[in-house]
Amino acid sequence: MSERRVYIDYNATTPLKEEVKAAMIEDFAVYGNASSLHTAGRLAHARVEEARHAVGKLLGAPAADIIFTSGGSESNNTVFQAMRQIGLDSEGKVRSTGRTEIIITEIEHPCVLNSAKFLETMGFKVTFLPVDEYGKIKIDALRTALNERTLLASIMMANNEIGTMQDIRQITALVKNAGAWMHTDAVQAVGKIPVHVAELGVDYLTMSAHKLYGPKGIGALYVKNGAPLSPLIHGGHQEDGLRAGTYNNIGILGFGKAAELASAEVERYGKELSALRARLRDGLLAKVPNIKINGHPTDVLPNTLNVSFPGAEGEAILLSLDIMGVEVSTGSACASGSLEPSHVLLAIGVSPEVAHGSIRFSLGWGITPEDIDYTLETLPPIIQRLRAMSTVK
Amino acid sequence: MPEWLYSDTVKDHFMNPRNVLMDNESSFPADAKGQTGNIKCGDQMLMLLTIKDDIITDVRWKTYGCASAIASTSMLSETIRGMHIKDAYNIRPEDLVEKLGGLPEYKIHCSVLGDKALRSAIDDYLAKTNRAGLFKEATTEICHCLGITDKDIENAFHQGARTWEALQQATKMGTVCGNCKDKALELLHEFAHIYGA
Repeated sequence: MSERRVYIDYNATTPLKEEVKAAMIEDFAVYGNASSLHTAGRLAHARVEEARHAVGKLLGAPAADIIFTSGGSESNNTVFQAMRQIGLDSEGKVRSTGRTEIIITEIEHPCVLNSAKFLETMGFKVTFLPVDEYGKIKIDALRTALNERTLLASIMMANNEIGTMQDIRQITALVKNAGAWMHTDAVQAVGKIPVHVAELGVDYLTMSAHKLYGPKGIGALYVKNGAPLSPLIHGGHQEDGLRAGTYNNIGILGFGKAAELASAEVERYGKELSALRARLRDGLLAKVPNIKINGHPTDVLPNTLNVSFPGAEGEAILLSLDIMGVEVSTGSACASGSLEPSHVLLAIGVSPEVAHGSIRFSLGWGITPEDIDYTLETLPPIIQRLRAMSTVK
Repeated sequence: MPEWLYSDTVKDHFMNPRNVLMDNESSFPADAKGQTGNIKCGDQMLMLLTIKDDIITDVRWKTYGCASAIASTSMLSETIRGMHIKDAYNIRPEDLVEKLGGLPEYKIHCSVLGDKALRSAIDDYLAKTNRAGLFKEATTEICHCLGITDKDIENAFHQGARTWEALQQATKMGTVCGNCKDKALELLHEFAHIYGA
């Protein structure tokens, strides 16, 4: 194994920023239950609320509209749970009148896809919007799907695999015009691009701390004042009774610190990561013949580059790179234990055989131009070797 | 922490695969050729053999496949050199997995392509020497896309497959056109009857 490690999988997760880690370590001394009325409790409570302000500020939202959850999956599930409550009658059947239809896209994260499919099994109608070759939703398909029975549209802001960004402002305007609730899974967007909920007009927005150099196991759901919500986790009165469970004050504090840093750095992030991404993309195009860049050419996250290497299988590429110290992810079925390659790549029209040979590079703070150059030295011989022994040309 | 995802033997065979055909087919004077797998499923295997007096004298192979597929076929290619074609025909994927120092459960199905390509090559040789189907009589092909036989389904059953999904995980069958599903479920039912669920 190589001594040198180049982690290029920041869309999977990010390391803690040093400042975040230091703040969390200090917070380990704060043991009070943030719901307690005594001094120890109030000290913990004050820190939780400070963090809530920092997270709200990152989204341009009032702190009161931020609910802390265990992460992106819980935030997304909470929205679908709220819709289930609205759509079911007292006997647990989907209402025959009123708003009960759900719209999502074909390229959502599995937690939205499977939450929607779960509602489908209960009798809800779910429309899966198709996307174009770049991963942009087809606005006409959205217009067609929206009607007076639409309850919720849940459309991700930026895709985790190919980085394509949707025009959430335009989409939200259409959804709100149809009288439905609008949710966006912004887990991959927040911290990478400026996100302001008031400008977007969304009712719900999901985010996660560990994608922006905060800790794992903590996330948030932005809920616009007036948008319906019911608890997924029942219990005590935390989060205004909408999310029970003792406050994870150390996680929340780390999240707050990460949000504070992200607010200050998001513009610099865009500039610096775009430059690194371009260096990697241009280098690959120059050094490896017959490759395809997946995703939108311009409306793409500054850190995400998805590339297909026809003739070489993705897991074999990933594991060869790992031996050389470079850590990436793949859309190949072989890496996931499933038989299907990435649903996102298939949705943008990549053929299964090419999808199996796709690699996602997701960059982040800490990666240097030298790391990119090392990757550009390491990868071409790997592709050449796998292609030479491949049955596919 | 392990040095790498799989065993050292897998790593060695993945990074230094034996008997790979690096050039095109014409560079190797094959007496037999077998190809299996489907590129849509993410793996495809080509196997070429030279055979003298029913003994495999040399072997070359190519694959589009993952690390496990590459390593297990490399191991297979070492194992069969000098072997009688009948013995080679009966090599089971489990034997190779053992030689490789084990593979995770979900990667076993990646290791079945090599021995399928090998059997296909031997069948090709038998046909060329007017002995078509000599070793084949006991099996019937169920999944025509991937060449999965009733014997494969029986093996999968013995390894715990009881549902269509489990059968697909174990053999990859039915992942291309899916037409074999009914026949396969019938067989699963039959094996459950014979061996007990």
